Amino acid sequence: MFAFIATRLLQAIPVLLVVGLISFALFAYVGDPVSIILGQDHTEAQAKAMIHQLGLDQPFFVQFARYLWGATRGEFGISYRLAQPVSLLIKERLPATLELALTATVISIAIGVPMGVYTGINRDSWFSRLFMAGSLIGVSLPTFLVGILLILVFSVSLDWLPSFGRGTVVHVGSWWTTGFATASGLRALILPSVTLGLFQMTLILRLVRAEMLEVLRTDYIRFARARGLTNRTIYFGHALRNTLVPVITIIGLQFGSLVAFSLVTESVFQWPGMGLLLVQSVAVADIPVMSAYLLLISVVFLLINLVVDLLYYVVDPRLRMTRRSS
Amino acid sequence: MTPLLDVRDLIVEFPTRHGVLRALDHISFSIAQGEILGVVGESGAGKSLTGAAIVGLLTPPGRIGGGSIHLDGERIDNLPAEPLRRIRGRRIGMIFQDPLTTLNPLLRIGRQLTETMRTHLDLTEVAARERAAEWLERVGIPDPRRRLDAWPHEFSGGQRQRVVIALALCAEPELVIADEPTTALDVSVQAQIITLLKTLTRESGVSVMLVTHDMGVIAETADRVAVMYAGRIAEIGPVAQVIRHPAHPYTDGLMGSIPTVEHRAERLRQIDGSMPRLDAIPSGCAFHQRCGFAFDRCSDEQPGLMEAGATRAACWLRAPEAAHG
Amino acid sequence: MNSPALNPIAASLRDFLHGDLVHNFRTSPVAVVSAVVALILILGGMLAPWIAPHDPTDLASLSLLDSFKPPWPSEGSDWFNPLGTDSQGRDVLSAIMYGTRVSLIVGFWSVIISVLLGILAGLTAGYLGGMADTILMRVADVQLTFPAILTALMINGIVAAALPRSMREDVQLPVIIVSIGISLWPGIARTVRGSALVERNKEYVLAARVIGVPAWRIMLSHVLPNVIGPVSVLATLGLGGAILTEATLSFLGVGLSPSRPTLGTLIRYGNDFLFSGQWWVVIFPGLALVLMVLSINLLGDWLRDALNPRLR
Repeated sequence: MFAFIATRLLQAIPVLLVVGLISFALFAYVGDPVSIILGQDHTEAQAKAMIHQLGLDQPFFVQFARYLWGATRGEFGISYRLAQPVSLLIKERLPATLELALTATVISIAIGVPMGVYTGINRDSWFSRLFMAGSLIGVSLPTFLVGILLILVFSVSLDWLPSFGRGTVVHVGSWWTTGFATASGLRALILPSVTLGLFQMTLILRLVRAEMLEVLRTDYIRFARARGLTNRTIYFGHALRNTLVPVITIIGLQFGSLVAFSLVTESVFQWPGMGLLLVQSVAVADIPVMSAYLLLISVVFLLINLVVDLLYYVVDPRLRMTRRSS
Repeated sequence: MTPLLDVRDLIVEFPTRHGVLRALDHISFSIAQGEILGVVGESGAGKSLTGAAIVGLLTPPGRIGGGSIHLDGERIDNLPAEPLRRIRGRRIGMIFQDPLTTLNPLLRIGRQLTETMRTHLDLTEVAARERAAEWLERVGIPDPRRRLDAWPHEFSGGQRQRVVIALALCAEPELVIADEPTTALDVSVQAQIITLLKTLTRESGVSVMLVTHDMGVIAETADRVAVMYAGRIAEIGPVAQVIRHPAHPYTDGLMGSIPTVEHRAERLRQIDGSMPRLDAIPSGCAFHQRCGFAFDRCSDEQPGLMEAGATRAACWLRAPEAAHG
Repeated sequence: MNSPALNPIAASLRDFLHGDLVHNFRTSPVAVVSAVVALILILGGMLAPWIAPHDPTDLASLSLLDSFKPPWPSEGSDWFNPLGTDSQGRDVLSAIMYGTRVSLIVGFWSVIISVLLGILAGLTAGYLGGMADTILMRVADVQLTFPAILTALMINGIVAAALPRSMREDVQLPVIIVSIGISLWPGIARTVRGSALVERNKEYVLAARVIGVPAWRIMLSHVLPNVIGPVSVLATLGLGGAILTEATLSFLGVGLSPSRPTLGTLIRYGNDFLFSGQWWVVIFPGLALVLMVLSINLLGDWLRDALNPRLR
């Protein structure tokens, strides 16, 4: 098991280096930081001073090394747009995005998995067909439209829920802020997390259903029936287990789309998270933020991949056989 | 004495876009208590379907289109789902062909055994586990107590089939339907499995319906044999009689195509042509187009099973009024 | 008139029209309806410059007096602007048609690019194997973990930052097309690679290699036909995805410039006016977008099921 983790980590390092290189190349060579920071009218001398201050006169590898070293300590330079350290911006925004992502994931799993199981078992009931049709529409609806529609219904017409911001947040620890602790925080969380979770949910639903249908066709389920096991045992003792194994890993890998759609959701709801930060940064070519985002996201993805592989290893006993010879 | 299993005029059909196809056409046979009936035939003849129909496990859109199935005198083909479920495993056990796919790879085999027993018998978890270990021992798995917690992939193919046999027998059924139990196994292991099956069932007086395409296995194991062709029974009778004195031209062809030590022939006899597909079954006797003895009646009327010495055959040659055209 | 060269083409066309696929299509109400809806939207969009009632890009024709007319048949509306107008007096219907046109152009070309890239990469990786295969597939894997929107956003942002301001407007359209196209190639590449791997080991390919047929020729005449089916499915579904991605990028403000409105930009600007009650500026473009993507997705799903040998 530890050999497994070790090999995966080792494999991840070259990828990280490449991503780091791309991030750094972005950081160092795209755009003109001097003009952006100093403004269009600046003297030669000011430019030179700034270049020296930013360390841009050093050789490539030195700059690259400094960049990476800074990254491991959480320093990513200064945002062009806001003139603040990028790390500070990230600290401010990260909790918002993480809480949103977490809530959305919980919602999507809580509804997606049971519904997937149900529509897999009762494939022809009218309720199943309704849900399947709904899920097809869900996949075709762009996330921003879903958000807008929800706002239209729940904020504009009914005025039940807020349409922007995080509500009142409470500071926890040295830099974390949470919206879970206040009523307004929770209320503000509802619409964005439903929006973010909807796409996830339809995906999970269709996936679980497809897996369930596959599993119910297998020989071992047939054998279970031939032994006279009850439907309950077959569905929940056997089929569910076999269905969820691949699903778990896919849910983990879905994290990527979660990140993407958080960009959109945060924009629609003006949710002060990482996604909104990135969108605002891209719009004005704020390179330090963009490259920091790229690097961070890659690290997170790699970690998620590792965790998912581990999970697979833990959950499926066949994978542990590789070293046994019996 | 009432036979344990009595199948009368069973019809299994598949509705398709092109009409209703008959996969089993008036199948009739019976199995006595403690008897081993072999069911032999080519792939697609309907052997596995018969077994599936008996326990109500036909894959949709397949359905029973007629006839009746009786277990110990009671009719079981028209039972609702719940009573039928209680029969499966408890009164009729099944062994499937491929041990690699028959066991759920994510459940330990001890669990698969205990859940089967506890579904049908009134046992505590501890008692069930004890019995499960006994069953493993009985089917020849070494170190049974430890192996209860093993996963299916930790066994070889032959061992897995032993586990499957244990699973089929652990709820103590009266009849076991073994659907090609050795086809997917190495030749060296096949004999062991068959012997195991025979021993266990003889010991407890369990009847067996042994479905296979391997005549050798039938010859070794079965008391009686039914030869199936194109969804019908061509011949049925005591094993020795059917093999030595086949009454149906198809059975005769089958026997002639099996290499034996006694016959010294240059070539194995072969029946020209091949078994018809479900949507192209000839009228009358399904075999008449490939039969060397066919006459007019064979293409007009479908023959039922008729007495032919010690066996019964579905062939107009054996008709009481033996009319040759 | 029936030249010999035409006959085989006519013959295979006839075969196709009577074949399984077309039969499947005609008997599937979902496929037919989606195709009809998609066709209407596509025609409406592509022919917009000729058949749209107004020209939303012509700034001179806009008058603020016309702004915020509600859709027919509400009070204050007229037949002139059946779906109402936006904050600048632009006719919503025409804007939708022009916007659909741009979305379709972007979607179409990005899919073409991704299909070309994907086939090239997949064939190379699958047929040549070895180092090329490992590298290409690693790259594809890494890119697959990043969702399309993120890739497209990043590429867009980088290019926008790298180019001087004056050039930005001109290259915007191609940049968007390329960035979306790049985000889609891995999926196609993997499918093509799988097929190439299967074909590579078949006997007739080995025979061709022994004779000395060049590799590219083998790939084109043997692997490619086998791959057209799955790639068509991916391309159709990819079209839906590309349109959504473009709309999202426009909504986020990093798509095309406001002078060339797409469905996404329309929604973006309309969003500001939700609270003041002018819902039609958002809902109608949204509806058009959803209908188009939905019908394309349904067609893609149908195609996938129709080509799947297991379900026949």
